[in-house]
Amino acid sequence: MHMADALVSPAVAGTMYAVSAAAAAYSVKEIKLEDLDKKVPVMGVMGAFVFSAQMINFTIPGTGSSGHLCGGMLLSAVLGPCGGFLTMAAILTIQCLLFADGGLLALGCNVWNMAFYGCFIGGFFIWRLMTGRKMTKGRIAAASVIGCIAGLQLGAFSVVTETTLSGITELPFSVFAGMMQPIHLAIGLVEGLITAAVLAFIYEARPEILCGYVPGVDSAGRHVSSGNPGRHVSSESAGVHGSIIDKTGRMSKKGTVGALAVMAAVAGGVLSLFASGLPDGLEWSMEKAAGTAELTADGGVYRMAEKLQSVTALLPDYSFKASDSAAGTSVSGIAGSIFVLAVCFIVCVLIKKVKKEKNGRRI
Amino acid sequence: MDRISEAIADLHKMDMEAGKGGLLQGIHPLPKLLVTLFFVLLTVSFGKYELSRLLRMGIYLIVLFVIGDISVKLLLKRMKLLLVLVCLVGIANPFFDREIMFFVGKAAVTGGMVSAATLMLKGIFAVSASYLLMVTTSMEDICYALRKLHVPKMFVTILMLIYRYIILFLKEIRQMTDAYLLRAPGQKGVHYKAWGTMVGRLLLRSMDRAQTVYESMMMRGYDGEFYLRCKRKAGGRDYLYAAVWSVVLIGIRAI
Repeated sequence: MHMADALVSPAVAGTMYAVSAAAAAYSVKEIKLEDLDKKVPVMGVMGAFVFSAQMINFTIPGTGSSGHLCGGMLLSAVLGPCGGFLTMAAILTIQCLLFADGGLLALGCNVWNMAFYGCFIGGFFIWRLMTGRKMTKGRIAAASVIGCIAGLQLGAFSVVTETTLSGITELPFSVFAGMMQPIHLAIGLVEGLITAAVLAFIYEARPEILCGYVPGVDSAGRHVSSGNPGRHVSSESAGVHGSIIDKTGRMSKKGTVGALAVMAAVAGGVLSLFASGLPDGLEWSMEKAAGTAELTADGGVYRMAEKLQSVTALLPDYSFKASDSAAGTSVSGIAGSIFVLAVCFIVCVLIKKVKKEKNGRRI
Repeated sequence: MDRISEAIADLHKMDMEAGKGGLLQGIHPLPKLLVTLFFVLLTVSFGKYELSRLLRMGIYLIVLFVIGDISVKLLLKRMKLLLVLVCLVGIANPFFDREIMFFVGKAAVTGGMVSAATLMLKGIFAVSASYLLMVTTSMEDICYALRKLHVPKMFVTILMLIYRYIILFLKEIRQMTDAYLLRAPGQKGVHYKAWGTMVGRLLLRSMDRAQTVYESMMMRGYDGEFYLRCKRKAGGRDYLYAAVWSVVLIGIRAI
């Protein structure tokens, strides 16, 4: 995702230098409040570590390809978002100077796209949101994956925006974004999994290194005296969360299903109302090429398929039949969510069954 | 040669080139850094169809490559990285911009072809300029120039420390991956079951090393400032270098 100088105009490069410099100035100010003398050597050594660790190829199971480590999230988890940001910015500067990975003029863009989103959105916002109240291996893994995906998605979107605003490419914004976002979704997932594996190991071995880890404090913020305090959850504290949190501190099955159902209903029923009425990338291309977004085809097979579809489609074009009401859009959103949840549930049950049978055969 | 060994070799080569006592190596780092930034800024400021005018900017690179007696072998290697994203962005131009601009013989050259070529050339020029800076200036000198430009000392110190420890870590990672791959022949990379333990252990060792580095720095009197010194002060030759190139580059851009 390193942008080359050729991809940015002087105006965009200057603006991005200014915003990255502002983020760097804020980080420097924040770190100065801490133990500066001690922190700077750690940041330097950690920067060299991440730079070198990015050279390791990690095999992605079942694909035959490999991925590498996501630096921003890992650095923020250890050094905090401000320390992570400055270290990541220094790594990007070295990569640009020594390995031509990204340009000198585009450095502001690269720092923003990779260091800012990775460290402040992934490493601060998501990390704190997911591990702030209670740190567990599962939460660390989830925060790493979500943080890396979010950071890379925002970074890829910024690359598209900056290139388009620079007037460099003839590619339409939607087509360019359509190319960049899915690729970076896959990359983000792999990088997130690698980061999760490393941070989970650190949590097991030396949890005090992780940012936000408070020794001797349980999930409710109360001090406890024995056991592995960061991971210990008393039955009392479980009660604080109500019935959806069980005694081990995990969300119960009932709670998980309930939360997922609410999220799906909100996404399907409310957010679908804001869905864009403009054509998507494919429809747009067809409209440009053929003058219409929906191509017609003649022939017996087509007519038969159309007839079958009109019978089976309960909510054609995300609405009630012969109606354009907003309620139809909401109902189709909820119905779609329920259907997806049902499919997921059936697939999970099947996987569990197969796993059980496999384990049974082993015994 | 594997990727890590290649990176180590490249770093050594760059360091050796920068340490040579040539004409360009003798110029003060600050004017060199400023002229490089100015060149890149002017290069990217050309319009997407201004290919012929952009070509003139090559004068700067040709002159420096000749008088500095600089090898282009390493530069070609660096181009590989650049061309991936630039090609991805530029490759679509000929398909979207089909307006014919001129003919070469009987072949029509469209606006998209010209803009794609301009994009590539801008990328090549910018990378060549930063390469020239790096092979004629040591990292320590660049950090010194950055401090002169009022880049925060904390950032410059981190930059220096990363640069100092990169080779050490690269060698350590090479040893680890070699040891791993010898025990896992035919494997493309590190198996997912070893992801956490392998990098995690290295991270823990790095943290311990950082503590040792900090303690040794304190024993040498470290007080939060990493004192950087340039071998010599900027003189007439350095001011002349900056002035001549500024005038020449502005002239090329204006014509």
